Amino acid sequence: MTETLLEIHDLHAGAAGREILKGIDLTIQKGEVHVILGPNGSGKSTLMNVIMGHPGYQVTEGSLTFEGKDITALKTFERARAGIFLSFQTPEEIPGITVENMLRTARQAITGKRERIFGFRKELKEMMEELQIDPSYSERYLNVGFSGGEKKRNEILQLLMLRPKLALLDETDSGLDVDAVQIVSRGVSKFHNGDNACLIITHNARILDKLKVDRVHVLKQGRIVEEGGPELVDQINRDGFGHIKETTE
Amino acid sequence: MEQQKTFVEDIERTLYDIRNEDHSVYKTERGLTEEIIRDISRQKKDPAWMLDFRLQSLEKYYRIPLPVWGPDISELNMDDIVTYVRPGGKMAGNWQEVPEEIKATFDRLGIPEAERTSLSGVGAQYDSEVVYHRVQKELSDQGVIYTDFETAVHEYEDIVKEYFMKLVPPKDHKFAALHGAVWSGGSFVYVPEGVHVDIPLQSYFRLNAAGAGQFEHTLIICEKNSSLHFIEGCSAPRYNVTNLHAGCVELYVKEGARLRYSTIENWSRNMMNLNTKRALVEKDGLIEWVSGSFGSHVSCLYPSSILHGENARCEFTGVTFASRGQDLDTGATVVMLAPNTSANINTRTISKSGGAATYRSAVKVTPGAKGAKCLVNCESLLLDEKSRSDTLPVMDIETDDVEIGHEAKIGRISDEAIFYLTSRGIAEEEAQAMIVRGFVEPVAKALPLEYAVEMNNLINLELVGSMG
Repeated sequence: MTETLLEIHDLHAGAAGREILKGIDLTIQKGEVHVILGPNGSGKSTLMNVIMGHPGYQVTEGSLTFEGKDITALKTFERARAGIFLSFQTPEEIPGITVENMLRTARQAITGKRERIFGFRKELKEMMEELQIDPSYSERYLNVGFSGGEKKRNEILQLLMLRPKLALLDETDSGLDVDAVQIVSRGVSKFHNGDNACLIITHNARILDKLKVDRVHVLKQGRIVEEGGPELVDQINRDGFGHIKETTE
Repeated sequence: MEQQKTFVEDIERTLYDIRNEDHSVYKTERGLTEEIIRDISRQKKDPAWMLDFRLQSLEKYYRIPLPVWGPDISELNMDDIVTYVRPGGKMAGNWQEVPEEIKATFDRLGIPEAERTSLSGVGAQYDSEVVYHRVQKELSDQGVIYTDFETAVHEYEDIVKEYFMKLVPPKDHKFAALHGAVWSGGSFVYVPEGVHVDIPLQSYFRLNAAGAGQFEHTLIICEKNSSLHFIEGCSAPRYNVTNLHAGCVELYVKEGARLRYSTIENWSRNMMNLNTKRALVEKDGLIEWVSGSFGSHVSCLYPSSILHGENARCEFTGVTFASRGQDLDTGATVVMLAPNTSANINTRTISKSGGAATYRSAVKVTPGAKGAKCLVNCESLLLDEKSRSDTLPVMDIETDDVEIGHEAKIGRISDEAIFYLTSRGIAEEEAQAMIVRGFVEPVAKALPLEYAVEMNNLINLELVGSMG
């Protein structure tokens, strides 16, 4: 039995008066892994940001439904509390807020329950070990002075600690060496189960090694121009986007 | 879960705003005349020299013009300020004897509770008079004196006479002169040579009467190789008329002594806070200022450190938060007079909802201060377009053999940082408050724990609209 998690219907969105997404339809069921491929500037990151409710983008047409509820008008923090998570392509550096403090505040905001410091700390420590993050990083300021790879692992740490229903992974594997991609990939597969789903933007098929991909969407100039199964990933890795025609209405 | 307000135009200050009926037993006429000064002096049973001192100060007050720099204080009309308001009841050495209503006020502010848990002495001033003063017996056995200023004038007259307004003479500026004329209440602390007061002493100043002024005098003398941490807290309920605070703090840090002076000031938004604080530091001595400015309508506050002896040091840590209707002009002054003196000034200012915050400092390194070191780091955060932030660091260096460092930054909260935190489920106001707390964190570390908590609460009040 499938249960719909996210339903995007005829989504048009843009920034500063310029339309970037020109009618996206996408449905994600619980338990699924979806991959979005597409050349640079095709609107992949915009789609992620719009799903997360970035205030810099305006939805001009269409709707977003999450677990049967229209979330088009919800604010970012309300979407996060509903169970959506975005792993950023370039995570912000925020001085003065430690990784642990942010995560505990976020967890409490999402669950509405008070977190006991010691239990939380223990759980955090275990997750950090799993992702091979130095335990001292829990006391460091968010992403400040982190290397590119450390920032990405920190995103996955947050994913595992906050346990959302839908994980949006925006090029979580870019700029990582082979070992780091392995660690991130393990983290994502540890997160994924039958009750949640992933929507992944990637240029690197290796992050998908440990995941069973259900559906692949190719985005070009703000439209989904081709869809298919996991075989599409290999095909595009081999042949590029050139042969995929832009659909015209 | 969601009990935060979405937008906070003016903060809830319920806790601070509860005002009591005015039950004072005696009030002077409005305005300032020689008759009023004589009246105050009579009420206090001043010795003759003190009355003379007051009258001479009044003369100076009439003569000295208002300062021509800094925030606009023209709306201050001295004729409207009742200079002396004495609360009902006598000073108590026992909390139970403090009048109920006043006691309830301080209870709400957590003052006696703080004494029970983390302080070795407490003083509480209500309007012009100190209502409660207490110090642990072990300290008084070691010769530590901690008392209200009126008692000090009578019981320790020689010491008071030697030090009172010597560091901040009435001729210094108009409000120092005013203070000299009308001072009332405050604290006197004397720490004898070699005595270390390990647990902080605290005085809390509360101004309840409308249209009144508070002019408390704080005099602290730390003899050779002694140490003390003194905490000063201030608040007042809000009225529609202007209140004035022109206190004076004089700190004497003798050879090898260490004094930490911490203040969290949260006056109501009708207060003109024109306070003068100064420390004289002798050889190997250390003055540490920790200063949090959150309240008041207008503040001019630049605690100054005169590094008089060789190796004398000053550490200044300040946080200023200006919101709607506030013009807070704060900073520090350091005068380096002797070789190898050093100063470290570290401040954070935040402005929001149209508030104006100015960082103003003056560092003077005299020719005698060979090998002096001075480091100034002032950072400002603007939370919106309507607000203002200025940084005016002045340095006057008269010797070559000196090490000076200066860093100033003015920044804004980035939308991307807010998006990042809200994408983790944290509401916008809380995200902003977290960033602000993070911004002041390096400075908050210097605060005593309960004050760090109060500061966090104040930031939450300002940004989230609820207490912690």
